Amino acid sequence: MEWLRHAGIAYRLRWKRRRLLFRAWRKRHQLRPVADRTGTIAPETILGAVTVRNEMMRLPYFLEHHRKLGVGHFLIVDNASDDGTAAYLADQPDVSLWSTTHSYKLSRFGMDWLTWLQICHAHGHWCLTLDADEIFIYPYHDTRPLRALTEWLDANDRPSFGALMLDMYPKGRLQDHPYRPGDNPFGALCWFDAGNYMIQKKPDLHNLWIQGGPRARRFFADRPRRAPTMGKMPLVKWNRRFAYVSSTHSLLPRRLNRVYCEEGGERLSGILLHTKFLNVVIEKSAEEKTRREHFENSDLYEAYYDSLIANPDLWCEGSTRFTSWRQLEAMGLMSRGEWV
Amino acid sequence: MSVGIIMLVHTAFDRAEQVARHWAASGCPIVIHADKSVPMKTYNAFVKALSDLPDVRFSKRHRCEWGTWGLVAATQSAAQIMLDEFRDVRHVYLASGSCLPLRPVQELIDYLADRPQTDFIESATTADVPWTIGGLDHERFTLRFPFSWRKNRFLFDRYVALQRRLGLKRRIPNGIVPHMGSQWWCLTRQTLSAILSDPDRPEYDRYFRHVWIPDESYFQTLARQYSLQIESRSLTLSKFDYQGKPHIFYDDHLQLLRRSDCFVARKIWPFANRLYDAFLTDGAAAMKRTEPNPGKIDRIFAKAVERRTRGRPGLYMQSRFPVEGRENGLTCARYSVFEGFGDLFENFDSWLARATGARVHGHLFAPDRAEFSDGQTVMNGALSDSAKLRDYNPRAFFASLIWNTRGERQCFQMGPRDHIKTIEWDIAKDPNAQISVITGAWAVPLFKSNQNFGDIRQEAARLQQIESKHLEVLRSPWAKARIRIWTMAEFIEAPMEPLQTIIDEIGQQNMRGLSEVPKMADLSGFGQFLQNLKNQGMHPYLMGDFPVAHGPHEPQQNKPKPYLVQ
Repeated sequence: MEWLRHAGIAYRLRWKRRRLLFRAWRKRHQLRPVADRTGTIAPETILGAVTVRNEMMRLPYFLEHHRKLGVGHFLIVDNASDDGTAAYLADQPDVSLWSTTHSYKLSRFGMDWLTWLQICHAHGHWCLTLDADEIFIYPYHDTRPLRALTEWLDANDRPSFGALMLDMYPKGRLQDHPYRPGDNPFGALCWFDAGNYMIQKKPDLHNLWIQGGPRARRFFADRPRRAPTMGKMPLVKWNRRFAYVSSTHSLLPRRLNRVYCEEGGERLSGILLHTKFLNVVIEKSAEEKTRREHFENSDLYEAYYDSLIANPDLWCEGSTRFTSWRQLEAMGLMSRGEWV
Repeated sequence: MSVGIIMLVHTAFDRAEQVARHWAASGCPIVIHADKSVPMKTYNAFVKALSDLPDVRFSKRHRCEWGTWGLVAATQSAAQIMLDEFRDVRHVYLASGSCLPLRPVQELIDYLADRPQTDFIESATTADVPWTIGGLDHERFTLRFPFSWRKNRFLFDRYVALQRRLGLKRRIPNGIVPHMGSQWWCLTRQTLSAILSDPDRPEYDRYFRHVWIPDESYFQTLARQYSLQIESRSLTLSKFDYQGKPHIFYDDHLQLLRRSDCFVARKIWPFANRLYDAFLTDGAAAMKRTEPNPGKIDRIFAKAVERRTRGRPGLYMQSRFPVEGRENGLTCARYSVFEGFGDLFENFDSWLARATGARVHGHLFAPDRAEFSDGQTVMNGALSDSAKLRDYNPRAFFASLIWNTRGERQCFQMGPRDHIKTIEWDIAKDPNAQISVITGAWAVPLFKSNQNFGDIRQEAARLQQIESKHLEVLRSPWAKARIRIWTMAEFIEAPMEPLQTIIDEIGQQNMRGLSEVPKMADLSGFGQFLQNLKNQGMHPYLMGDFPVAHGPHEPQQNKPKPYLVQ
């Protein structure tokens, strides 16, 4: 009867995926094109997909870093920014921009909008779905462009690529570290938690549910189940029938979630360096706390926002200073797998 | 005399052109085969681009799918042209469009001129090498493979299974012995022409057409028939991963490739500008005249296979999450667990730290917090001492602790007062664990405590039950740890011997014998205490036999031991 149960789950997930795609299709009119340069996308172009809101601080470095890696075109949804983000993005030659004033939360935290854009423009492309505060790196990213990675993944029949989100924080209180747009954020945010991650395998979607890091340690020590999820699947050879389930933590069809090895070996994986804890986080948290757009049960996260607004120091004796991807690889936060 | 180059090309034509020009500049004639699936337009542009070179020919195009006959047919027609049109070629070098010469071409020419009769072709019998991937070794020569492995894996597998079931076997013609090896060879005119003009060639061709991956066996087998002198190695450096896919070389491999001293490497990533720039402008490169030595860089590739197939033991992370039984070691290093020692000895932790130099924690699984060494609230890797975080995933907590402190021996206390239920099995099953237990020692703190006897009795009953369950785990046949269990009575009879054994096993500094003894708690009256428990109907049996009146069991404090030589 085991197979029957599995078939049941598979069938249920199939319909879930269709529901998600339908949702994205219904929301298509919420997007108003501001700068549509999708005509310049070549068949081989690697795409980036992002939803942003008031990210003028982070965007210049974000775009620069991912351009350098080899992202050829960005599909960006601007959710009612009022700090000049939209105008800045509309000027970028490799950005196609849509804007919307609808609810971020009701759009499954931007995923419905991005799913629609991916249906329209990402079919058959490698697509990197990120938040503006995530900087994607992978083994050898300093010498091998993203294209080397995607070709290698293609050759090895891997349609998706996993990355651990690594919260980067400064030493000292968050607000004591000024930041100017375009600077390397990891000048100040150069500390991270190297070894306190907790992993469970999700029984239905088969993805790994990874929690831990400074937020679990500082803000969720008394209710670890609520601690943020750190495992992501940002890089996918997109097909218009694919859909992200919750943020980029899990995907449907669920075979795409198998970015790990269960036989004891290590697979190639990457890291998302999280720049959330720039000094602007305090202001943003205050705003998010009142907007209540960032969590399913926003009430449960009031204390979390309060702790952030209090300008905490996340650093501790056990923190590790970031030096290079090789360090992250040696510590086992990501792996080179068989990519030599 | 010169060296002729056969180039098999199917993609990245700009790079192929660049390399062809490099060969041609040193006077090597080239015959190029382009895959038939390449669009005519691309092909024509490529031919035109090379039209200024006099000694370049293009051979009849075949469809070259991986693992099929096409690759051999392509090589044959190109080799025929090479032998017919360039009479002074003595060695023919088979290369692909993604091959890159690492050393000046003149060095290769000189090297081959010094060895005029030698064929460089890797060639081994199937019985002798473990190369094959997918379980087909000798069977690639005795079964038929009409279906593509890449495109029709299902039919491929089914058809193999069917032939196995029916016991179908092909006859190997003329009793030749199948050999296999790297596709990239360098043969002499004599050997190559003998293979191509063999009267039995139609029969061989018919046979090899249905062998699996004939490009790795056709020339490798037939060269054995005619060669005067075979050097069974390839002059082309090419590395394969654990699935038999070739590794690709990128810009950051520059030093690695230099170190190999090989003449040619494959496969090079077409966008590896730095590699192409470095190796194709060879004017500056000094003539080395050393033997190619691909072995020098083998370790790196062997490690990659190890990493991909076995991983780093004790590491649980986003891309390594082994199911139970496949962990290849639950933890990454040896550690010691002490149960009851902290209760029996007053200063056990500090003594142990001094005696071994290891990192000594308190009760890691204590109910209120993880008692890290020196009262720390966070450990290496920012591991928190919060009991809630720990108990949320004790296994992850513990594996992280051992992983984060690699290179330093960890010791900690455990006991029935701790939250051990969720972790005891993991530790008992871990061969890295050294577990030493003094059963019943949990009674000592009760004995010393200032509680009502009724509460003590209740607590003693609870702890005894937990510990006896725990002992069942430790004594189960699945326990793989190094486990030693003493009853308390047994242990205090002669405490030094077991302590010495444990310390020796941790074996870090102390080769001399213990210079210092931990201080045992004062146990006078303990026998009576146990008797009182018994009188209340609670039978404490895990301590072993304690007589009511103390005397023989009186702990020998501070008495010098005759065998403790400083």
